[in-house]
Amino acid sequence: MKFNRTIRHPPSSDPREAKRVGSSIQEWIDHNTYHHSDFRDIRKLVEAKKESGQTISVCIPTLNEEKTIGKTVVMVKGELMDRHPLVDEIAVIDSGSEDNTREVAAEFGADVYLASDILPDLEPKRGKGENLWKAIYQLKGDIICYIDADIKNIHSRFVYGLVAPLIYRPEVRYVKAFYDRPLVFSEGVRPSGGGRVTEILVRPLFSLFFPELTAVIQPLSGEYAVRRDVLQQVPFPIGYGVETSHLIDVYDKYGLSAFAQTDLDQRVHRNQATTDLGKMAFGILRAFLARLKSLGMVKDLPDLSVILRQFQARDTKYEEIEYEIREEERPPMITIPEYKEKFGL
Amino acid sequence: MTGNEAQHTFDTSGPVNRLPEFVHAAKDMREMAIGNLVLVGEIPAPTFQEKRRTQEFVHRLIDCGIQDCSVDEVGNGIGIIPGESGEQNILLAANADSIHGIDIDHAISVQPDHLIGCGLSTSLGVGTLATLPMMMDSLGIKLRSNLILLATARSAGRGNLEGIRYFLANNKYPVSYGICLKGSPLGRLSYSSIGMVRADITCRVPSEYDWTRFGASGAVLTMNQIISNISAIPLPRKPVTNIVLGSIDGGSTYDRIARQVVLKFEIRSEDAAMVHSISEQIDDIVAETAAQSGAEITLNVFAHREPGGIQIGHPLVRCCRTIMNALQITPRIMPSTSEHSALIDNKIPAVTLGISTSESISDEQDQLKISPMYKGLAQVLAAVLAVDGGLSA
Repeated sequence: MKFNRTIRHPPSSDPREAKRVGSSIQEWIDHNTYHHSDFRDIRKLVEAKKESGQTISVCIPTLNEEKTIGKTVVMVKGELMDRHPLVDEIAVIDSGSEDNTREVAAEFGADVYLASDILPDLEPKRGKGENLWKAIYQLKGDIICYIDADIKNIHSRFVYGLVAPLIYRPEVRYVKAFYDRPLVFSEGVRPSGGGRVTEILVRPLFSLFFPELTAVIQPLSGEYAVRRDVLQQVPFPIGYGVETSHLIDVYDKYGLSAFAQTDLDQRVHRNQATTDLGKMAFGILRAFLARLKSLGMVKDLPDLSVILRQFQARDTKYEEIEYEIREEERPPMITIPEYKEKFGL
Repeated sequence: MTGNEAQHTFDTSGPVNRLPEFVHAAKDMREMAIGNLVLVGEIPAPTFQEKRRTQEFVHRLIDCGIQDCSVDEVGNGIGIIPGESGEQNILLAANADSIHGIDIDHAISVQPDHLIGCGLSTSLGVGTLATLPMMMDSLGIKLRSNLILLATARSAGRGNLEGIRYFLANNKYPVSYGICLKGSPLGRLSYSSIGMVRADITCRVPSEYDWTRFGASGAVLTMNQIISNISAIPLPRKPVTNIVLGSIDGGSTYDRIARQVVLKFEIRSEDAAMVHSISEQIDDIVAETAAQSGAEITLNVFAHREPGGIQIGHPLVRCCRTIMNALQITPRIMPSTSEHSALIDNKIPAVTLGISTSESISDEQDQLKISPMYKGLAQVLAAVLAVDGGLSA
């Protein structure tokens, strides 16, 4: 099974079409949006997993995460491998940390791999997306759950909340995390959304070109669980654009019904500087435009620059800083001969 | 002294023989034990606001398959593992509340040989309560006695042991023996409670204060006078007695005379009469300073403990010492003023044990060692089993 690209047209401005999209989104939200507490009965989940015969791998991509990786591994292994046999494998795919990330993860029982050691004959690339992509080759599970290593309040819900819809509902293929429930809120209605890059870049773009995908509350969240048979067929940008591209590619192939999303409550993590968000937005935009082009939704795009220009002030002088941000892309894993051989495809 | 079983001994041979196996089992469940500690310890639980933590504790027990679990009216988290005979009830207790506020970051960092986080040495007690049922399960241990796991609310400071007192007054299982758990130090062995009075002195300068009078520099100097007078109280070497000046808080900024200062302190002594005598002297100091300064000074005593406990030769203490010796843990005999005191007040033989070693790296952060926990857990399980073995003549 391969992704056959067909030309997709931008959404119509017809009000009836807008209404159809609106009701489609609402229906999806009503049926495919969960709260992690829906799956709190882990014993039941383990039984369902056992019956389904599926296996689950957890992948944690890392780069210099020695302060937080220990807790992440402990919580997944202790809660979801030792206490409840939900997860079959926990692996850290490291980009070449210069601190003790790999040693700490191994100490607490994770399988630790250096990304460059996986498929070593391929030209090495550095980026989180590279680790996620190589995990498809290295890990064994039918479902792969990706979680970031920098979550300060890591909890087993970050895994079981994401894999549960895949276990209970065969038609769901891709489950995305979102973080919503406020601790205190006085009104009945409250805004619900993603971070700054989501709200000022990604959701406006989705509204323009893929309106149904706007229903994914936090499209850029780094926590998601996906079936292997989907993962192996999508190309992987190795930089900032990986999550956005995934959503577009899976949506293009399977439609909105293939997705689900789970509210994992609060996620405490490092806050990023606005300049770093600028780099992220640049990478996402490049990946997004590349998808528009490959889907035939726009025609004549010029060669896009790989240079992001930002500015800083030193006394009364303004200086330009140039960042080269390339959104390189790995092909679908299923096209890699070593993968096909390993998994007998 | 509590208890009338001095003519009996606990049979520790079985549990002692199994200690290597217990230590091994504790090592094997390292990630689960740390997970329990993290899940409980990352929930802020200042005294009177500990219900979320005790609810999480109860969820952990339910998750272990313990059916009889609840959070009671004062916020204690309770789980009961029914024994095969249920003839006696063994209480394992640890305080769930801590001195740290909800605005403090409670995230715990897990490193290969230690953990760093807020109030870890407190939360390890409750973490241990949550881990022991899993350990017993993995070792196939079933007790004859009912085992009561109690994470107490309202223990510290102004809580004044309200949680455990409420439990002891209202629970339907009369407690035969109590083992209280503290995060550290490993080797701690408390079998007696010292007398204690915990109080605040509040010095407030009224708005119509006569600034020409003695001590007219405001509440700080007046409180300073009180502290000097308290420090001058002669303390005997025997019975061991001390006054802990724990906290002082007052004023608002550099250039404004402080209108209010609060001193928090404890008087501790092996002798109840000495605690009483020092309390009276401090009451006199407060009255005299108030008269001289014109400030409003109040002494508010809100907690007290009576000294008491069991003897070092009591079977429960002997059994703990035997187990510690077998584990090559050096016992550190120290009195207690925590949950232990409430058990003593109720004539229940009890000890307090420590689980690991920790050090404070700041006012808020503890560094807790992981590897001593294995012996700490093994020690508690062996003590429970020894007590469960009943009394042999």
